[in-house]
Amino acid sequence: MSTKPDKVGAVLVVGSGIAGIQASLDLAESGYYVYLVEKNPAIGGVMPMLDKTFPTNDCSMCILSPKLVDCGRHLNVNTITNAEVMDIQGEPGNFKVTLKQKARFVDPTKCTGCGSCAEQCPVKVPDEFNQGLNNRKAIYKLYAQAFPNAYAIDPTKCLRIKKPKACGKCLKACQANAIDHTMTDQITEIEVGSVILCPGFDKFDSGQLAYYGYGKHPNVVTSMEFERLLSASGPFGGHMQRPSDGKEPHKVAWIQCVGSRNCRIDRGYCSSVCCMYAIKEAVIAKEHSPYPLETAIFFMDMRTYGKDFEKYYEKAQHENGVRFIRSRVYEIIEAGDGTGNCRIRYADDEGNITYEDFDLAVLSIGLDPPTEMVELAGKLGVELNKFNFCQPAKLTGVGTNKPGIFVAGAFSGPRDIPETVMQASAAAADSAADLAEVRSTLTKVKEYPPEKDVAGEIVRTGVFVCHCGINIGSVVNVPEVAEYAKTLPTVVFATDNLYTCSQDTSAQIKEVIAKHNLNRVIVASCSPRTHEPMFQETLKEAGLNPNLFEMTNIRDQCSWVHMHEPEEATEKAKDLVKMAVYKAALLEPINSVSLDMNHDALVIGGGVSGMTSAVNLSKQGYKVYLVEKAGLLGGIANRIRYGMTGEDIPAFVSNLINQVTTDEKITVYTGVEITDVHGFVGNFETIISSGEVIKHGVTVIATGAEEYKPTEYLYGQNDRVMTLLEMESLLAEGDSKIKDAKNIVFIQCVGSREPERPYCSRICCTKSIKQALLVKEANPEANVFMLYRDIRTYGFYEELYSEARSKGIIFIRYSVDNKPVMEATDNSVKVTVTDHVLNVPIEIEADLIGLASAIVSSKDNNSKLSQFYKVPLNQEGFFLEAHMKLRPVDFGTDGVFMCGLAHGPKNLDENINQAKAAVGRACTVLAKNTITVEGKSAFVNKNKCAGCGECEAVCPAKAVQVDPVQKIAVVNEALCKGCGACASSCRCGAINIKGCTNQQLVAMLNAL
Amino acid sequence: MEYEPKIVAFLCNWCSYAGADLAGIGRIQYPPNIRVIRIPCSGRINPLFIIKALRQGADAVLTSG
Repeated sequence: MSTKPDKVGAVLVVGSGIAGIQASLDLAESGYYVYLVEKNPAIGGVMPMLDKTFPTNDCSMCILSPKLVDCGRHLNVNTITNAEVMDIQGEPGNFKVTLKQKARFVDPTKCTGCGSCAEQCPVKVPDEFNQGLNNRKAIYKLYAQAFPNAYAIDPTKCLRIKKPKACGKCLKACQANAIDHTMTDQITEIEVGSVILCPGFDKFDSGQLAYYGYGKHPNVVTSMEFERLLSASGPFGGHMQRPSDGKEPHKVAWIQCVGSRNCRIDRGYCSSVCCMYAIKEAVIAKEHSPYPLETAIFFMDMRTYGKDFEKYYEKAQHENGVRFIRSRVYEIIEAGDGTGNCRIRYADDEGNITYEDFDLAVLSIGLDPPTEMVELAGKLGVELNKFNFCQPAKLTGVGTNKPGIFVAGAFSGPRDIPETVMQASAAAADSAADLAEVRSTLTKVKEYPPEKDVAGEIVRTGVFVCHCGINIGSVVNVPEVAEYAKTLPTVVFATDNLYTCSQDTSAQIKEVIAKHNLNRVIVASCSPRTHEPMFQETLKEAGLNPNLFEMTNIRDQCSWVHMHEPEEATEKAKDLVKMAVYKAALLEPINSVSLDMNHDALVIGGGVSGMTSAVNLSKQGYKVYLVEKAGLLGGIANRIRYGMTGEDIPAFVSNLINQVTTDEKITVYTGVEITDVHGFVGNFETIISSGEVIKHGVTVIATGAEEYKPTEYLYGQNDRVMTLLEMESLLAEGDSKIKDAKNIVFIQCVGSREPERPYCSRICCTKSIKQALLVKEANPEANVFMLYRDIRTYGFYEELYSEARSKGIIFIRYSVDNKPVMEATDNSVKVTVTDHVLNVPIEIEADLIGLASAIVSSKDNNSKLSQFYKVPLNQEGFFLEAHMKLRPVDFGTDGVFMCGLAHGPKNLDENINQAKAAVGRACTVLAKNTITVEGKSAFVNKNKCAGCGECEAVCPAKAVQVDPVQKIAVVNEALCKGCGACASSCRCGAINIKGCTNQQLVAMLNAL
Repeated sequence: MEYEPKIVAFLCNWCSYAGADLAGIGRIQYPPNIRVIRIPCSGRINPLFIIKALRQGADAVLTSG
């Protein structure tokens, strides 16, 4: 009998943008082998093309680079570039996938990425990575930091491929014999248990809208072209200039909704990301230009609905001085005055038609579905929506109509990076849920070369100074710093790199370590908080203990903050390098400590998010404790009757409650709170109010949020005024108040986008419109008014907005300094609002008023948990993720994750998504057999210790105790956080901290 | 010449050092005469380090955590 399991413990991920990378990493870390298939010759997708990312203005490449490297060199991610999926046959758990691997004509295992071939290649081709703004060669690498770091030949352009006897210059140039023009396409078959589709999106082709002059007028560019214009690795090295004449633009305009919200060209959806990226581009462009730059954004509704987006918008408006022009743009023509400027003709807020000239116009292009996937989806029977996006099955977040095939990223509908990352982790969770029994059957374990013993060796230090594109190099004289490093004691090697974090540089570091027999490595670049682990990994691969590494920050804390003082910044960088060199000389290897791992999970909060997490964790085979402080499960979803697109929410919630309560692996506690927490990842002990102690390895925080109880608009004083959730129950119960009403008014942004709550509650516009449509259905005669500031029906919800307008719902925009005024009368509430077009007050005798009141955090509850689990909250009392862009469900504290409204306002589908994402991330921890503690802990010199107990008294982690017999302090390395409070209070100098000893710190001071 | 003090800063990795990174991300400009030493926690600061810094010629020491 065959012992081969029926299911296959591998997953196919189609598309290697940030979604594909995240899903692959999560799965590979959770015990599944991943085939990552990419049609281009390198992974990365769109993120490497972006200059900066909103709302943190992080450099896109800088934050992506570590993930690219992790993914590229992960033992359990098989990256197959230049390939496409031909067919998928089979059933969940057991699919056969046919791949076509197109000929690359360069062997990536031999290619060193040196680029000599491209120097010799005579054929110039528009560079699609740079949006055609400059040329590349027929043999090319997609972008500088690409993985695999190998060239590829464009067969449609190469002379030799067209004529086998022609050219061949690259062959002579290549020292590695990596090029072979006779390679052919290969068809291969692989077996996987499930499939994740994340092919991303296509850019809208602006040429379709002739009135914007794209393609005709060289100074009209797309937003992607502008990203490349800004980027240090772009065609102009980050120097902002017009494509037509190289002139520095002094006045730049952005045109929103190009290829979005346009039913005439079958794009009746909102692309969701363009408002934010346009603001970001305007802010960054201003920052970029050494002269005052004028920026203006022409928009219809400003849709800054994501976490911290509204603050970014406010700041752009009031601090950065970006001009926002609410308008309809008719056309862009050449100004015709010899300047090459763009003349933008538009109708303003009040309907007046006018024009304004700009040096450069940027079209904020929308997201199209990826064309090549439409065909594949047809072949696989995967259903697409009417716009050809693979909109997830209702209330699944990531499901398609085909079991075992999941979707993530922009292919499922336009979305930004954090949502894409979340969805990718969610797809990882769902695709693994059915494969739990074959987990770890196909994965390999990483083996490092044996660690070199450096004890007693003469210190030999290598220093790598990073340009970070132009981020450091444009301010700090990087080569000079590297030269200076060579003069320092112990330094035997120093160099400068364009990007020290790129794949090729990490290979270079390894080579240099071997060649120069280095036993200390220093990188002077960005923040150790983001990049130190990556470099330490490189050391491990080179056979060095990772703690023989020291990093110094000459970007975030030098070039970026001393932009106008290049000489002083260079001096500072030299000092910082010197300090690092002095410290490094005293570094010693530190061995990590392995501890047992508890494989149970605690989920805090029994709403939809918490329950979804619990159910999914149970499917992965883990035991779950679900704690809810209320007497009932369901949370705020108990008050929701209608989904945004017609889902039956009460049925969904009761089904979920049923699943949770009948699942043997889930223990449910209701009516209890958390009273204390001890321990750390893998070994948490949480004490609940019943006195019970729950032992668990990971924690998922899903505590939800609340509806704001308005103090404005007569709420609580007049029973005609209610919140949306209160309106929801009237609607569901078919209340006569709705059927008899003549005028119903909805007011948006009640308590949101206000100084005390400077965020958008995200879901209220859509919810109000959904309710308005239900009102119209129940009572077609009623007049329904929607008083709003911006309608934020992002993504496919835009269709609801279109429907509402076609059904006669009246939209009236009010301005924040002239809000609607309410006056109670005997048989109505009189609402007075000033219409922005007519500019006169309108009076509405309202029978019912629905207030779209804000989503507010459960501040008290969250702040308790925040202290218990040592995780931060933002100003509004929502939990703050480890990184806004790439770690949307993680915390800095290992083993603690979050999801749902506790993170910020979101709708039900999005909460479900995030709940699964938290599981996807938690599984990367739970799949490990042991927890490895870094080992940077306190240690005691027994000969010096007097056993006074001062360390025990000051230790916040309760990790030190004085042994009553031996009368010396003993450190529990598992609990020790390495804070060093003990070391600084020890009177005998007996306690020290590994990796940060007194001697090392003094050495740094000696360097000054 | 204008007086330019030399400042040594001990910053906690988890808060103030992260804050200094954030200042960078926000491109908040400040004088370049500060040298930061990253420490695991402000609890790590031994008073002797401060004295040592002053003896090395620092005009001021900033500890933040």
